[in-house]
Amino acid sequence: MSPIARILALALMTGIAFPAAAETVAVTNARIHTMGPAGEIGRGTVLIRDGKLAAVGADVAIPAGARVVDAAGGVVTPGLVAADTTLSVAEVNSLHATNDHDGAVEHLSAAFDVKYGINPNSTLIPVARLGGITRAVVTPDIEEDRDERPKERLFAGQAATIHLGPGEDLLMASGVGMVVHLGEAGAGMVGGARGTSFAALKAALDEGRHYALNRARYDYGHTRPYRLSREDLEALVPVVEGRMPLLVHVHRAADIRQVLKLAREDQVKVVLLDAEEGWMVASEIAKARVPVVVNPLSNLPARFETLGATLENAARLHEAGVTIIIEGSRTGHFARQVRYNAGNAVAHGLPWKAALEAITINPARVFGFGARAGSLEPGKEADLVVWDGDPLEPLTQPRQIFVKGTEMPMDSRARQLAKRYRDLPPDQPPAYR
Amino acid sequence: MGAASPYGESLHLMRQFASAAPWLLSAALLAGCASTDGGKGEAVKGGGDPASVRLAAKGLDPAASSESFPSTYRPMPSVTTAIVGARLLTGTGEEIEDGTIVLEGGRITAVGRGVPVPAGATVIEARGKWVTPGLIDAHSHLGVYASPSVAAHSDGNEMTDPNTANVWAEHSVWPQDPGFTRALAGGVTSLQVLPGSANLFGGRTVVLKNVPARTMQDMKFPGAPQGLKMACGENPKRLYGGKGRSPATRMGNVAGYRKAWIDAADYQRKWDEWRKKYAAATDDKKPDPPKRDLALDTLAGVLRGEILVQNHCYRADEMAMMLDVAREFGYRITMFHHASEAYKIADVLAREDICVATWAEWWGFKMEAFDGIEENPALVHAKGGCTVIHSDDETIIQRLNQEAATAMAAGNRLGLNITRADAIKWVTANPAKAIGVLDKTGTLEAGKMADVVLWSADPFSVYAVAEKVFIDGAVAYDRADRRFQPQTDFELGQPGKESRR
Repeated sequence: MSPIARILALALMTGIAFPAAAETVAVTNARIHTMGPAGEIGRGTVLIRDGKLAAVGADVAIPAGARVVDAAGGVVTPGLVAADTTLSVAEVNSLHATNDHDGAVEHLSAAFDVKYGINPNSTLIPVARLGGITRAVVTPDIEEDRDERPKERLFAGQAATIHLGPGEDLLMASGVGMVVHLGEAGAGMVGGARGTSFAALKAALDEGRHYALNRARYDYGHTRPYRLSREDLEALVPVVEGRMPLLVHVHRAADIRQVLKLAREDQVKVVLLDAEEGWMVASEIAKARVPVVVNPLSNLPARFETLGATLENAARLHEAGVTIIIEGSRTGHFARQVRYNAGNAVAHGLPWKAALEAITINPARVFGFGARAGSLEPGKEADLVVWDGDPLEPLTQPRQIFVKGTEMPMDSRARQLAKRYRDLPPDQPPAYR
Repeated sequence: MGAASPYGESLHLMRQFASAAPWLLSAALLAGCASTDGGKGEAVKGGGDPASVRLAAKGLDPAASSESFPSTYRPMPSVTTAIVGARLLTGTGEEIEDGTIVLEGGRITAVGRGVPVPAGATVIEARGKWVTPGLIDAHSHLGVYASPSVAAHSDGNEMTDPNTANVWAEHSVWPQDPGFTRALAGGVTSLQVLPGSANLFGGRTVVLKNVPARTMQDMKFPGAPQGLKMACGENPKRLYGGKGRSPATRMGNVAGYRKAWIDAADYQRKWDEWRKKYAAATDDKKPDPPKRDLALDTLAGVLRGEILVQNHCYRADEMAMMLDVAREFGYRITMFHHASEAYKIADVLAREDICVATWAEWWGFKMEAFDGIEENPALVHAKGGCTVIHSDDETIIQRLNQEAATAMAAGNRLGLNITRADAIKWVTANPAKAIGVLDKTGTLEAGKMADVVLWSADPFSVYAVAEKVFIDGAVAYDRADRRFQPQTDFELGQPGKESRR
């Protein structure tokens, strides 16, 4: 038994999941999808040192003392990214006290920030990681069925990026995007019709711009009256200055056009979320260089604004030149579906490489951590997964998972439950197992 | 129905009276039936069912329930077809390489290696492809929660009383739900549509063949039994507790079930007694029948073993509680649905021969689902239990094969050695058994309905798509041919097409 295996075995026996410290590791004999300029390496080595990728290639010298992980011809990919998820800010969906993604109120709407709710001990995190996920874009939302909350909530709040690696501080960056719901749901939150929600958004951006130019005078009351609270105005400054993208939940082709128009007129960056009818305006989205986060399984006319939903949305957007990101499920519990969703997009026309990009390097770039993760390139943080086959296949399993150079335990509360109840009937209560 | 049940006895008695039938005549005359045979009575014995009691109108007779809203399903036109060279997963535990399957007259007529192809058959060369039975979803709300999911389509939960055993899901089914055609493209040929889980007794379920149709009756699976949706746990107590009425707790839930079964037994007894008295009375002294009660009818149907109990229940301890309630009142639970904790009592469920319908992936959406694990379906299977992968969802129903793949992978990760031949049963034969149609469909066996899927690849691969779906031998869906890609009225003329092909 290798030292690491012994440590892991001990961790499993004691029920304490602790990762091994960062070390020098060579993952050899692997089919490597770098998702970087080196492309695919049929048989190569990934060298990890001090938490970073030291070398990736077919001919990598293995330093003395490095621990060698023989991938035995398995597939190595960058760690996957769960884009647009409640992972780390949700525990049990129906228990509101355990959820920190839906919290915007009328005077703290743009100012609502998921970063305060991130729970490094969430039981969801190991479950997601065992699906190959090593980074996530944690997004707030406004749930439609929670009508005990104030109605007038224009923004759901600010998103954050996290890593799923060792340590208590998972936050990479806060304020990576400002979430807003438009279309039917957005209208439902503000006024009741699109004419209200789009106008309210434009007015808010206008106030934000004005505030950004007159911040110093605000405290003396020498500015025009604002409808937004100071906290919301402050939160909108990076948006109106083009530093923080609006993450816009939008569905209907006509609404997507309106968002593209708004982005042009108000000079803001946008990322489209959902965009089921995106394929119908794909060339316009591509021309505007607006990335799209899609769930490739959305193919039902669930609402009148998604009548054009199709399993080929991802493929058609990609074909038109749009940068796509594939999400798993917004629900953090199902974040592990990221790889299956990418596989289903492939089954409906998306090239395999584009699908893998859509769950690695694309989200990393769009959400501002492309220089740190998302591909296997020397100098980047060492997030990688060793798979026993095609990572997009449900029958494929991860063998080893590294985050920031640390090999993470292949364990979760769910796996412990499975082991506890594998042998029945028990000769003593399972609680003693 | 176990022989130990007191209500099995009452069924037996009822049948005796029905065949003796001296009272049938006057009932028939009362109904205005044209019987002129002067008291022999044979002419009015209804529907081949000796238990049937003819009253003034069929709707007044509990025993005639199964004749109400009858199926008008007719198989679509088909030609004799042979699929040759594919790998067959039969649903009976076999995997056959380079196999042939023959579909003739709506039935499967031959399955195996080297099976002769009948003269004149349409031959589909399927080397490298796979064939499975049509997939069956034992838990769907298609039609009752139709797309678009607007309030006007919210027809699955009669949330007005904890006991709505009187409602039937089939009365809510909108056959134009686009979800049906999406599920068809995913290889689903039959499904059980259930009422929701807001109530202790949610109402009757209906089994449908997944064919495009003008009416629910045109989809209704001929000869399939109905089910009774029951629900444990959080949903009923949350909903009614929130309204300040019972049940507000799990103990309130159980009290609610018990009260209802006591009422049902009482109701059953009244009808039995009436039949006895009716049989004994002279023509001029026939007693009036009891008043029919739709809710108690459903429960009595369960006690007689005619309606299958489909029990929504997440927690292991609650499933054990429901087993005792069933024992107390002499009925059988056919399947626990969702059953996130079935793995904790897999040995018990296998012994009791109760199927478990669950997911691989869903967990954590509420407290009672917090211990849901990917290994649940495989652990139930490994103990000798009847595992069913269900959807409860209009998206998952389109990929039941992938959900089964995830569940199989989780089991094999745990060293349970589950094969494709095993796991395909979770979405074919086992759900067929659990909804009472295994004698008609669910496997690739001669004599069964020709409900068959031709897959482009291994159905446990994410890249596999259903190329052709046969229902009763007819091509219901063809991925390569627009003429066999049904479109609902709702979607006609709307933007967006599923495929450019």
